[in-house]
Amino acid sequence: MSNDVPSELKYTKSHEWVRVEGDGIAAVGITDHAQELLGDLVFVELPEVGVELGAGAECAVVESVKAASDVYCPVSGEVVEVNEALAEAPETINQDAYEEGWIFRLRLTVPGELDALMDADSYAEHSESDEH
Amino acid sequence: MPFIPHTQDDVRRMLEVIGVGQIEDLFDEIPDDLRCGELEHVPEGLSEMEVAALMQARAREDGQPLCFIGAGAYDHHIPAAVWQIATRGEYYSAYTPYQAEASQGTLQLLYEYQSMMTALMAMDVSNASLYDGASGLAEAVLMAVRANRKSKSRRILVPRTLNPAYRKTVRTIVGNQNIELVEVAFDPVTGRTDREALQAHAGKDFAAIVIPQPNFFGVLEDADALTDFAHANGMLAIAVVNPLVMAVLQPPGEWGTDGGGADIACGEGQPLGAPLASGGPYFGFMCARQSLVRQMPGRIIGKTVDLEGKTGYALTLQAREQHIRRSKATSNICTNQGLLVTAATIHMALLGGEGLARVAASCHRNTAALLQQLTGIDGVERLFDGPVFHEGVLRLAAPVAEILRSLAAHNVLGGYDLGDDYPELGNALLVCATELRTEGEMSEYAGKLARIMAARTQAKCPVEPKFS
Repeated sequence: MSNDVPSELKYTKSHEWVRVEGDGIAAVGITDHAQELLGDLVFVELPEVGVELGAGAECAVVESVKAASDVYCPVSGEVVEVNEALAEAPETINQDAYEEGWIFRLRLTVPGELDALMDADSYAEHSESDEH
Repeated sequence: MPFIPHTQDDVRRMLEVIGVGQIEDLFDEIPDDLRCGELEHVPEGLSEMEVAALMQARAREDGQPLCFIGAGAYDHHIPAAVWQIATRGEYYSAYTPYQAEASQGTLQLLYEYQSMMTALMAMDVSNASLYDGASGLAEAVLMAVRANRKSKSRRILVPRTLNPAYRKTVRTIVGNQNIELVEVAFDPVTGRTDREALQAHAGKDFAAIVIPQPNFFGVLEDADALTDFAHANGMLAIAVVNPLVMAVLQPPGEWGTDGGGADIACGEGQPLGAPLASGGPYFGFMCARQSLVRQMPGRIIGKTVDLEGKTGYALTLQAREQHIRRSKATSNICTNQGLLVTAATIHMALLGGEGLARVAASCHRNTAALLQQLTGIDGVERLFDGPVFHEGVLRLAAPVAEILRSLAAHNVLGGYDLGDDYPELGNALLVCATELRTEGEMSEYAGKLARIMAARTQAKCPVEPKFS
């Protein structure tokens, strides 16, 4: 099965995506592949605005009807905004993982870390292999 | 749901299928130094007849004294129907069944229990119970530390008016998780949490404050003021309440001058249908506001409909729990005190809200009468002037332990000696008279105490004996 993997985003092995939005701000969410594995989401625990996160830190929890999974922060930064709409409508991530389903925005503190993330092709390959 | 153990033959065949020689081999991966090995000091098994004889001998040691002790566990009337129903085969299990399709009766009962507890506490949600009041509070403290994301501290304010056994239990359970319990002094005049001692912590970072109601001295705390203090200072308010008393007092869900309520309510469920039974088993309860439900430990039963639209009950929000979330679970508690909760649910259903309120009012009336009678005795006086519910503290003009021993010799359990836990109070005795105590029994207690006190304080005989 193949999932949507937008080419302009950066990806992690643990299935988060990052969109660099300019001014040192980046949005973070989970990939279409991740939401499909999880199934219908019923709850998203959001990080606190203002919290400083290191790359790889646990920062959110996505809970589906079959599992609860941690979301890891792809790159270091300070949380500047969270997607409050997910509290009422966690299924937004199932419907639109890359746009409406963003989870939080970071002010990047170590922008160089972006280079260590995967591009769309590498991630597509990674997620394919993940299925076997 | 019947419990059918595996036979030796079942075990042998299962081990064969997975290719393991003996059960012990399944534990190979646990390092030897973490294994306790053979248990020592475990006596040989006894026959049923021997066990019955032993238990009868122990029951005789307890005797049937007149009980004036409260201090966290209370001697209440339990209608005979409660345990008659609770011990039916369909209910007689301590466990929450995982298999919803085979356990609708038990699950519905737990759902009814949760509904009753939320009504009694005026809170949004209830779990299916915890082990006991003290461990329930420890869970509430852990929950508050997780849930209060505004607070960066792992510190909790704990009034010294909280049951000392609860303070010790909480310290034992949370102490190794870098959670600090900071005690708040009480006002020696009123017996309530001291306002100034509390204000000294205003503006500082605490995850939560514990609010006992009534407190260990039986005194009513100013729950509204304490709740307001918590919320004004970014703390969660954890109520520790006697569930029976909540039938007449303002419940935690309505505390605070804005009526916003406490955030978590927990406590000991024993007053709802569990016999004293030398200290247990009892059960703990826990309720919370809806927004904290995902941080609440323990089982929660939900009501739903099946494919045909028929009502059904199932475990819900299990992603909080150990079998799904492993090390990140809200607690390592995946069970509850099912049997005691079954009794409590039947007890509450039989008494109803009005029945519970009448029992509570009767306890209050009896304790007031007892305190009045006892303080009429020379050398006995009230220690605090704060209003009490169904317990009160007396100061005796003699060492409490000795007086209690003398009373026990007359088949009276005269109360709880506060000396060990509160040495600063001197000869302080906590007494309680539930709805079970009759006027005659209270007079009997007063009469015996008067004689014992008189014998101790009588002037010595002026003629010294010539030999010793």
